[in-house]
Amino acid sequence: MPEDKNIISVKNLTKKFKDFTAVDNISFEVKTGEVFAFLGPNGAGKTTTIKMLTTMLDPTSGEIQVNGFNPVTQQDNVRHSFGIVFQDHTLDDELTAYENLEFHGVLYKVPADTREKRIKELLDIVELWDKRNDLVKTYSGGMKRRLEIARGLLHHPKIFFLDEPTLGLDPQTRNHIWNYILSLNKKENITIFFTTHYIEEAQKVADRVAVIDHGKIVKMGTSKELMVVTHTKTLEGAFLELTGHEIHEEAANSLDNLRMHRFRRS
Amino acid sequence: MSTVYILWLRQVKRYLRSRSRIIGSLGQPLLFLLAFGFGFSSIFQKAGQGNYIQFLAPGIIAMTVLFTSIFSGIEIIWDRQFGFLKEILVAPVSRVEIMLGRTVGGATVAVFQGLIIMLISLLTGFRPHGLDGLVGGMLIMILTALLFTALGTAIASRMEDMSGFQLIMNFLIMPLFFLSGALFPLQGLPSFLSIIIRINPLTYAVDGMRAAFINMSQFGFATDLIVLSVLTTILMFVGGYLFSKIKI
Repeated sequence: MPEDKNIISVKNLTKKFKDFTAVDNISFEVKTGEVFAFLGPNGAGKTTTIKMLTTMLDPTSGEIQVNGFNPVTQQDNVRHSFGIVFQDHTLDDELTAYENLEFHGVLYKVPADTREKRIKELLDIVELWDKRNDLVKTYSGGMKRRLEIARGLLHHPKIFFLDEPTLGLDPQTRNHIWNYILSLNKKENITIFFTTHYIEEAQKVADRVAVIDHGKIVKMGTSKELMVVTHTKTLEGAFLELTGHEIHEEAANSLDNLRMHRFRRS
Repeated sequence: MSTVYILWLRQVKRYLRSRSRIIGSLGQPLLFLLAFGFGFSSIFQKAGQGNYIQFLAPGIIAMTVLFTSIFSGIEIIWDRQFGFLKEILVAPVSRVEIMLGRTVGGATVAVFQGLIIMLISLLTGFRPHGLDGLVGGMLIMILTALLFTALGTAIASRMEDMSGFQLIMNFLIMPLFFLSGALFPLQGLPSFLSIIIRINPLTYAVDGMRAAFINMSQFGFATDLIVLSVLTTILMFVGGYLFSKIKI
């Protein structure tokens, strides 16, 4: 373990897919216990960055340290360090909620008695204990998300990655989910790294925000700092000032669409 | 080991929960067993080859194992499409263990299906010889199931989605079945066909089961067992290697 308090540090990270640069020479640090947001439109390079931090994708160049380990050469150490909620659903629909968590616990070598206790705890927190023996295919989108959050925390990770965790959820469920996550952040000092394209979410939840666009980090700081630097009154205004465009999907031009297309294929 | 076990358990649970899949996948072998078994029975008898049901049943059992195990292997594509593969691949476990768990799970399901068809064929008049025959037949069934699940895994590791599925069905599974001696004896075949049949792994599965169940064999039980064991080992390595290369 390194002495410094940065649990994630990234230097000059680049990912190229053939001639297309998805992530373009970015550097940043995340402190232990921090809630850190990647804010940017679809195709900005958010998911690609998360994939590199979580051993799913090798960088073209640059250095990454996650919990003191290198995701390329020390995959298992890195994998033990984090929990993750992916952008798309990754539960087994044909298993029950309990079985999904049990599966996860065994893969992460959580001892049987601890496993049982934690599953009960977590399912209580996300309010799914009563439905633990229902097949996941009978769950609503919000319930599945909550279950995935519970699953990601089962092995008590140091870092929790959430890739667009509230995408497609109604505002109420969104609030609900963030309340869980933030209380865990406070109680267990878990570092939270999340991506979003909801500006108000980044503003409300994150200690620090990195604005990412076209594979580059445009600016990084607290919401307040970003507003001060750009002489704007809202984070939305700051975003517009920094990137020259709005974050909404309809603002995406044809180049962005091409980026997204390639991005999906990769 | 616990990783292998939980992956195995998942496959078995999913199988036991999908009644329609169990029944659906028995349809084709049953059709073959009944249509061919009774249809060709008298011609076979007249040609001096004996009881066709006795001859055919091991072939149909092998077919069932073949179909089920390749599909079990290919199920990885579903896991990829429904996202579950990501959950498995970011876990701190070795790719080899994952591949092993999946293969053993898929093979277990395939052997179950093979046994169901064997029980049904008893009703149509199939009579295997003795207990040691059953043990030998089971051994061949298990090897066959492992072999083709590993093959399915290897193929699925290189496939993005189900679009290549018809290709596999028509250019791999069907030829493997029809060109294996499951339906007809291997004597007196044109030499090109004879060569193809001899390089088809399923041939040795069918022959091995016939050797065990009804004491009738072209190559001998020991040869069948060795060929299948060697091929299974090779394919486990190939499947494991290709699976470890999967990127998500």
